[in-house]
Amino acid sequence: MTALDSPPTAPDTSPSRNPLDRILTPSRATALRTSGITVASSLVAILIALTISAILLAATGKNPIDAYTTIIETGASGNKLLEMLKRATPLIFSATAVAIGFKMNIFNIGVEGQYLFAALIAAEVGSRLDLPPIVHVAAIIAVAMLAGAAWASIAAVLKVGKNVHEVISTIMLNYIALSVIQWLFENFFRDDSDGGLNVKTTLLPDSGRMPDLVSGRLNAMFLVALATVIAFWVVVYRSRFGFRLRASGFNATAAATAGIDARRMTVTALLLSGAVAGLVAMPSVLGEAFAYGPNATPIQFGFAGIAVALLGRNHPAGIVVAAMLFGFLDSTSAELQLAQVPNSIVKVIQAVIVLTVVIVNEATIRRLNIRTAERARAELATGGAS
Amino acid sequence: MAHEGPTTQRPGATASAAVRLEGIGKRFPGVIANHDVNLRVRRGTIHAIVGENGAGKSTLMKTLYGMQQPDTGRIEVDGTERHFRSPSDAIDAGIGMVHQHFMLADNLTVLENIILGSEPARRGRIDFAEARARVAAITASLGADLDIDAAVSELGVGERQRVEIVKVLYRGARILILDEPTAVLVPEEVDDLFRTLRRLVAEGATVIFISHKLDEVLGVSDDITVMRQGTTVAETTPGEVDRAGLAELMVGSELPSPAGRTTEIGDRVRLEVRDLVVPGPEGRPAVDGATFSIRSGEILGLAGVEGNGQFELCTALLGLRDSTGTVIVDSADLSAASTRERHEAGLAYIPFDRHREGLMLNAPLWENALLGREGNPNLVNGPFIDTAASRASTREIIDRFGVLTPNEMTPAFALSGGNQQKLVVGRALVTDPAVLVAAHPTRGIDVGAQAAVWDEMRRARDAGMAVLLVSADLEELIGLSDTIAVMFDGRISAMLDPDTVTAAELGSHMTGTHQEALA
Repeated sequence: MTALDSPPTAPDTSPSRNPLDRILTPSRATALRTSGITVASSLVAILIALTISAILLAATGKNPIDAYTTIIETGASGNKLLEMLKRATPLIFSATAVAIGFKMNIFNIGVEGQYLFAALIAAEVGSRLDLPPIVHVAAIIAVAMLAGAAWASIAAVLKVGKNVHEVISTIMLNYIALSVIQWLFENFFRDDSDGGLNVKTTLLPDSGRMPDLVSGRLNAMFLVALATVIAFWVVVYRSRFGFRLRASGFNATAAATAGIDARRMTVTALLLSGAVAGLVAMPSVLGEAFAYGPNATPIQFGFAGIAVALLGRNHPAGIVVAAMLFGFLDSTSAELQLAQVPNSIVKVIQAVIVLTVVIVNEATIRRLNIRTAERARAELATGGAS
Repeated sequence: MAHEGPTTQRPGATASAAVRLEGIGKRFPGVIANHDVNLRVRRGTIHAIVGENGAGKSTLMKTLYGMQQPDTGRIEVDGTERHFRSPSDAIDAGIGMVHQHFMLADNLTVLENIILGSEPARRGRIDFAEARARVAAITASLGADLDIDAAVSELGVGERQRVEIVKVLYRGARILILDEPTAVLVPEEVDDLFRTLRRLVAEGATVIFISHKLDEVLGVSDDITVMRQGTTVAETTPGEVDRAGLAELMVGSELPSPAGRTTEIGDRVRLEVRDLVVPGPEGRPAVDGATFSIRSGEILGLAGVEGNGQFELCTALLGLRDSTGTVIVDSADLSAASTRERHEAGLAYIPFDRHREGLMLNAPLWENALLGREGNPNLVNGPFIDTAASRASTREIIDRFGVLTPNEMTPAFALSGGNQQKLVVGRALVTDPAVLVAAHPTRGIDVGAQAAVWDEMRRARDAGMAVLLVSADLEELIGLSDTIAVMFDGRISAMLDPDTVTAAELGSHMTGTHQEALA
């Protein structure tokens, strides 16, 4: 213990092997190295996933090279890039909703039920409102978020009040949501004036519709999705509330010892998660179908959001990239079918990617932790550590 | 099998030693856990090892059970030198360990638990008939009443412990190590356990019994070895020593001398606690009516064997568990306040277990240093964290408390335990709290760091802070405290003056031997 009087904080005391260390402060270099390794490991995982998928394709008698060529060629066209963004939009919402919960170790599997419930309520309320254009859209979005949060609040109350694990309650609430939605829709909100088979709620008036960015191809809800991700980043990584949220996720006991009310954080996290979940179907309700309808409103995005959140490691940037990747793969499925490749291979590739990324990341993080500890010791060796 | 070996009469007159340890030493980074440990356990006896928490008993037993390798010294079992690389080596040598925390699978039956890991097999399938016969033979020889088809989840604590013992015997152990076996038992179960142990040694087994409950040690053991500060300091027998004598051996006759202080204790009462009651399991309060006050510049030491209510007292003061009674900090009544309100009122806490209660191991140091201080206006900008200010404040803690780390972005897990502790201490002291509740502030850290932490605590005290210091380290307790309160069985049983207290006095209060509470 000779270093007590001279703790090595000066950046130039440690001999650096990494050129980054000389340009940047050591702390920033550490952060950059960590995220660099994370990105690299994700890319490696995706390559592994594509290899596994190729083997699967070959095993079913399809030529994997043909399939991949089709995917790449399709993706290269500008139209497909717009479609990728369009398909990524709801995924960004649902993955963000899932990630908010994950940040404090709450597994919200109920995004599916929350967003469908929110879509119905928001579409119905929106069709009855009479407001000026921008305010009308904002009001519908607010209603959707409130409805999503309201549905999630049931799981929050059960968890805090009765200690029911949120995985159980949110899964069950998904089923309940479907029944409640059907009952509300069939008995109260269904609008048959169209006369067709494709029944919906009453169509939103023009003032309640979100304009397209690129007519017919990309709705402005994409910008709302990006804004949501940025808000997620600011709130979770920069605000005091987000710090408390993450602290509860890191170590609930230590957070409680530090005066962070775990029950309150649980409720807030679930409500926020539900509120963001409420936005998942808004690109459809506000920009495409202008109503809720059993056949018009897209389903299954709640579960896809879990995969995207995992793939993006619950980080805002990761979520956007992962949602784009999923959106891109989804956008190629029609062409794959034309090329005699079963388009279900896209789902297989997506699933394999999520699995490999999760496994590779886990392995990388362990290695990285060991390396970080070793580096810390090595850097201290100059200061004479114990 | 379990009951081989010469059947010597108890108290065994044979000279043959079941276990012999010579000069065992074990260091961890920054801590010497064991040094020059010598132990001789006669075959067919119950041999107690007593000592305070942190005296090195558990380290020694882990060494004997092969869970860790000693740096120096030799281990002999039944006259043969052994080198244990893992517990399975120790099991092969006939040593079994009954852990303080039971390691049983709740949803399996007693029989399944016992054979788990060494199931008798026939043609690739578990031979339950064989297993049943062998287990029944062992329970019969113990005279133990055990339904081997019951699910473990339905068993009481005493029965679970018996399952653990049978399990160890089933694996062929002739030398059993029991780590604080009575800590979890009610009195009748203790009697049952002791009957079982006597029966075991009567059949030739050897029992090593770790405890700090002096009555039990004197009642059941043949030989006693006393450990203090990592080494074996005395060997005795129940015939040679009484409780007071044993307590003195445990604590040591030479108490460290209190360090003189240059400042006076102030007049202002900064922490006042009245009739604090913390409910415990089974209706017995964990803290039973604690009343004390600490003035500015005063350090109240809280001595006691672990598990006598110190943890519950401290966490109740912080509002982390339900309690009744009054807690006043600087004349603000916090009895009904939340933990955060108590922090904001100037109550700071150095927790018992830095990993569990103190740190976010995967988060960078600056976020760890911010934890609990995120309400501090200097470290936030409205609703946002002021990252630059938080990091600068962390660098200040790192500098002032000598935390050895590359920088404040390093994750907490990358630091050694002592440096993690220095960060936790620094985080508590840097806020200039009115009252510091410090639980083992220097546990597990090296001497240099310890001195630095003590200096910082003295400096804060001299500036008017009131301290409740929980410690098992007598040097710390006597060196820092102005008064020493002893906790025993949930009550503050004595208020002692560190200048005049004797080891025997302290030891007898801590072990509940002292007849009447003085306070």
